[in-house]
Amino acid sequence: MSTTTKRASGPKRAGGSRRPSGPPADEPRPGRDHRLEVLRQMLLIRRFEERCVELYSAAEIRGFVHLYIGEEAVAVGVGQALREEDAVVSTYREHGHALARGVPSDAVMAEMFGKVTGCSRGRGGSMHLFDAERRFYGGNAIVAGGLPLAAGLALADRMRGTERVTCCFFGDGAYAEGEFHETANLAALWQLPLLLVCENNLYAMGTSLAREHAQTNLAMRAASYGMPAWTVDGMDVTAVEAVARRAADSVRSGGGPHFLEARTYRFRAHSMYDPDRYRSKDEIARWKARDPLVELEQRMRAEGILDDPATKRLEEDVTSEIDAAVRSAGAAPYEPVADLLRFVTSTTGSTR
Amino acid sequence: MNTRQSAGTAEATRTTYREALREGLREALRQDDRVFLMGEDVGRYGGCFGVSLGLLEEFGPDRIRDTPLSESAFVGAGIGAALGGMRPVVEIMTVNFSLLALDQIMNNAATLLHMSGGQLNVPIVIRMTTGAGRQLAAQHSHSLEGWYAHIPGIRVLTPATLDDARHMLAAALADPDPVLLFEHGSLYNAEGVLDGTIDAVGLDSASVRRPGTDVSVITYGGSLPKALAAAETLAEDGISAEVVDLRSLRPLDDATVLESVARTHRAVIVDEGWRSGSISAEVMARITEQSFYELDAPLRRVCSQEVPMPYARQLEEAALPQPASIVAAARKAVA
Ligand SMILES: Cc1ncc(C[n+]2csc(CCOP(=O)(O)OP(=O)(O)O)c2C)c(N)n1
Ligand SMILES: [Mg+2]
Repeated sequence: MSTTTKRASGPKRAGGSRRPSGPPADEPRPGRDHRLEVLRQMLLIRRFEERCVELYSAAEIRGFVHLYIGEEAVAVGVGQALREEDAVVSTYREHGHALARGVPSDAVMAEMFGKVTGCSRGRGGSMHLFDAERRFYGGNAIVAGGLPLAAGLALADRMRGTERVTCCFFGDGAYAEGEFHETANLAALWQLPLLLVCENNLYAMGTSLAREHAQTNLAMRAASYGMPAWTVDGMDVTAVEAVARRAADSVRSGGGPHFLEARTYRFRAHSMYDPDRYRSKDEIARWKARDPLVELEQRMRAEGILDDPATKRLEEDVTSEIDAAVRSAGAAPYEPVADLLRFVTSTTGSTR
Repeated sequence: MNTRQSAGTAEATRTTYREALREGLREALRQDDRVFLMGEDVGRYGGCFGVSLGLLEEFGPDRIRDTPLSESAFVGAGIGAALGGMRPVVEIMTVNFSLLALDQIMNNAATLLHMSGGQLNVPIVIRMTTGAGRQLAAQHSHSLEGWYAHIPGIRVLTPATLDDARHMLAAALADPDPVLLFEHGSLYNAEGVLDGTIDAVGLDSASVRRPGTDVSVITYGGSLPKALAAAETLAEDGISAEVVDLRSLRPLDDATVLESVARTHRAVIVDEGWRSGSISAEVMARITEQSFYELDAPLRRVCSQEVPMPYARQLEEAALPQPASIVAAARKAVA
């Protein structure tokens, strides 16, 4: 675990739905503070990943790194609908999910560096971020591999009678895997408190949606399992938050699993090694024109709740948080090689 | 230590391997309400080999949970439930079908503790039937527990006796890590006397099931009765065979194996898995690595023939280790 967690300045989860009074649960809290916090989280993810690119070029970060840039509204919007006691299961494209969940940015950065202060002690790297305390259950680099696990976390809650939601993020590519379909059936059959969030960014590596699915209406197919299934504009964080709140509240109150398809787009290549030959420049430009950060900023400016000084403060705040994360990651020690065999089993040092 | 004797005056009871497993399950379900059993046909049907018969009536459908045919989803759900504070016992009908859940076992159950830097334990027990001998042909008969023993991060148990069938589950549930428990299909009907003085077994050590001085016969699971029968035959010829039951394929208890070899200086390994890349190869490697100079003869082994298991009885029998082939190998070892 990180030694320098900065809870105060780290991204916070909005606790709107915990308030006894206030707006109906399915509506985002309209307040300026809430909007600013949402913007801040999105900006943190964006700037964090941009810094990761630089650090990758500088060979401070290695391995597979999958960027979330362009998709921030999904993690942050859905994150608003979740509570501290809920659980999140994610994919290998999970920096955004982890940061939105409140995993401290310095622990995530240290993990990228492979340091012992990383959120997985340097054993996971970019694709395997974990934080048990925040109920962030990874970071799974097997496409769709997290789905059955999420169903199990939901099953445990169901059996113990707790009112918690397990939220599982996965891609349009994962939707083609048997593990998705097995899990959807199981979750609907047992009415598990599971929120399935499909991040449809239109590609599974280089394979476009139409080349991977015979029927591309993902929500319709999910609904056929017997669960409410909705599609939302994944570039609009306000819309994502609204629909996620509605879904999470319904899941929490015993409505069984819900499926959300967030239509989104990754602005960068699939990973650091991808020359991105399968998408046209035009297509990328069209989606970049719908940058979720820009859209939110513009809306806040139009509503008079954001101005230049506020934007500047936000940028500075985020930059200094990332600077500090990079500094502490750089200064942190690596785990001694003598510890190689720790955590294979619970008996320290045993290889069995 | 392998067993814990109870102080009381428990009596010996006649039972079967199947009933012993069921008693182990019943006890676990009674003692800990986090424990539940899930799998295909474990409830209404009573378990495809009848192990859980009657448990649904006692514990209800929430805790004796029938699943759809979705090995990956329900094994993964077991892993998730374990992360969520439950103590799931997941039954897979046979090891052959466990391949549909291999991703969850290998990529999640076995890796989560390490990948998370020690944050996440996965206290799941996965039970399944293994092995041949019932003319079920090439998709219901293989012994793949040796494959699973390749994977760091899980325990692989092979109860071969009534006492282990009765008590291994409790120890497996007490382990904070994933445990795979392989029940050999030919053992379910095995009858015998449960040692009423044992009320717990350990998981870390192999066990000498028959002491001897001339040759060590090292085996596990469904091959144990065959090895014991072979030892009986060998005794008639004046050859004293020591039979070692590995009990656990991961961790492997080298010490008990090496001690036995140090006594007999000869060894035959009996493994129902295929020879190439098998657990028998691993046992041989460990003996030669650590006790080469104790050996008075080349190590020998008796494995399944390298063929998909055939249906016809005479072919299946020829494909499997048999008391006669074990006897022949032991004779060569002592010659
Ligand atoms: C089971 C499995 N098959 C293949 C891969 C290689 N792979 C990694 S990401 C990916 C594409 C997944 O696409 P999607 O689910 O849409 O998620 P996205 O990358 O778009 O976020 C593939 C094929 C893998 N990691 N796991
Ligand atoms: Mg995709």
